Order: sequence, then C-alpha cells, then structure tokens
Amino acid sequence: MHEFSIVQSLMDAIEAHAAREEAESVSRVVLRVGPLAGVVPHLLKTAFDTFKARSVAEAAELVIETSPLELTCRDCRQISTTDTVRFKCPQCSSLNVEAREGDALVLERLEMEVTDGPT
Amino acid sequence: MCQDCGCSAGSGRKIIEVQKNVLASNTSRARANREILEEHGILGMNLMSSPGSGKTLLLEKTIARLRDRLSVGVIEGDLETDRDAERIRSTGVPVHQIVTGQTCHLDAFMLQGALHHFPLEALDLLFVENVGNLVCPATYELGTHRNVVLLSTTEGDDKPAKYPIAFKHADVMLITKMDQLPHTDFDTDRAMRDARVIRPSLEVIQLSARSGDGLSEWLDYIERAVQQLRG
Repeated sequence: MHEFSIVQSLMDAIEAHAAREEAESVSRVVLRVGPLAGVVPHLLKTAFDTFKARSVAEAAELVIETSPLELTCRDCRQISTTDTVRFKCPQCSSLNVEAREGDALVLERLEMEVTDGPT
Repeated sequence: MCQDCGCSAGSGRKIIEVQKNVLASNTSRARANREILEEHGILGMNLMSSPGSGKTLLLEKTIARLRDRLSVGVIEGDLETDRDAERIRSTGVPVHQIVTGQTCHLDAFMLQGALHHFPLEALDLLFVENVGNLVCPATYELGTHRNVVLLSTTEGDDKPAKYPIAFKHADVMLITKMDQLPHTDFDTDRAMRDARVIRPSLEVIQLSARSGDGLSEWLDYIERAVQQLRG
C-alpha cells in the first residue's frame, strides 16, 4: 500500500503546475496507469480524495486511464496487449512471451481554471 | 475571475499536457545516487523480499565471507526497530538504519540521506536491505546497480506469479532456505519458469545461508558485478 506516497508525489506535481500557471483551481487530473505500475486504481482515488482537501485541487476529479501491457509471443510471434498482469499469449496460450511497457504511471494532463488577468 | 464583482468573465479553463512520470523526482534522485556511488567505485545492491525470507542472515554470512576482499556497508530499511541493524553491526561493518515508520518501502531520497552516514571513499559494496515487502519497494528505484529478490522455499513457489512486479525489476533471484526444501512442496523449476516468464534475463541462484550451500555462487555473482562496475 504505497498509494499514499505516490499521491503525495502527484500532489507536488499538481501544485507546481498550478502555481506556474497561476491557476485558481485544478478541475481535472488525468493519470495513465499500466498493470505493472504496482498501484491499485481505487486506492489511488481514495488517497487522492484524502490529499486534495484544502489544496488547489480540492474540487478536482481524478481520471485514471489504463495503459496496456504489450506481449510478444516467442512461439507464434503474435503481438497482443492486455490490461491484466497475465503473461500468456492469447493466440496460442504459450507462456513464452516477452512483456513490454505496462509500467506507466504518468501524469498526462491537468485541467485548471485560470484568470486571464485584468484587461 | 473578474476583479470587480467575482463573476467568471475574464477567466477560463486551461489544459496542460504534462506527460511526466509521477515518480520522476524519485527517478532523477536515484540517478544522482548512482552517480555518487560510481564516483566512489561502489556497487549498490538492493535486496527485496517478503518478511522472513532470510535477507539479514544472508547478509551476515555474505559479509563474513567477503570482508577480507571487499569493504562492505549496509543500509537497513525497517518499519520499526533496529534489530536487523544490530545484527549486521555486530559483524563490524558500517551500518545505517532507516526506520520508515508507516512507509512500506525505501525511496531514493531516503537512500540519499543514508549515504551521508558512510565513509564512501572506503567502500566497495553497499547492500540495501529494503523493507520486507514484495509489493511496494519494486516501484521505487534507489540508484543501486542490481536488484536482488529473495524467495525462500518456505514461502511457496507461487510468489513470482502472484507478485510479478518485484520479479519484473529483478536482476537476480535467490532461492533461499534450500536446506528446508525437503520439508516443503516448493518446486524450484516452477518458481524459475514463472519468474523468467516475467523477466527472461533473470539469473537464479539456489542457496542456503544456514548450511552454506550455494553461497559461493552468490559471492561469485557479487564479485563479478563489482568487477563489471569498475570496468
């Protein structure tokens, strides 16, 4: 259960971007997470709801997009993707697969409310 | 927001494409840690496993066998107590304890702080005994050169399949407590097969720290890694 530590890092990044843009608030946070990132999405959301209180992201929604694991079968050469941590070729059921990607834990995008300043 | 009455005129929504790893600051700290180790010619090894798989006993035996040839330091990560650190300290090598409290892993910033407690110019090898936990430590790079995962025969051979992320990041898997193998239904072939599905290049060493079987293979692995680092 290290989701709190991860969300702490996420909040640091959000605060830094919001300060740079002089944003009044952050309304949406989009995170891309792969099955090998080692985090549980609903625990991330719970942690985020705890940490965002009294921050610039107090009213923000956390959107978690999943990023697949790519498998290359060494037996039948089939390339497939999966959202689970299952190292098995869906074509020939071989376990002789090479896994790539899947460990993404990326802050993709922030939506924030900004003031354009006095005109 | 409007400066006069607080209405929404003059404000808007802005979308920032960040596309940055959430743990980027840990990753860059880890890189800096590695540079510090390499400036001093120190090989860093990060030991990860479930609680009770034999990390501390293995370290005690490893230090006893290596200390004539290599100068060793140990960082001990534990949720509570410094019992493991005391055990290592009694071998006479420099030890620094990180008590993580509620945190289930070490991170690169904790390692940075711990490095200040070592005579770096005198060390050849730094072991980091991570918090006993097969899940969280794998996500945090420390800046060490080798990730070592211990799997004891008494835990069961299903751990690589159940905890793939720890094995995905491992360079070598040590199957420990081989002296206990006859008392378990642990299948070493199955454990190796499952782990290599996740990490094809994984090296595997079977050993028993208690009996000493297999230890020389592990010591050879360490010495090879030290030589590689020094080019």
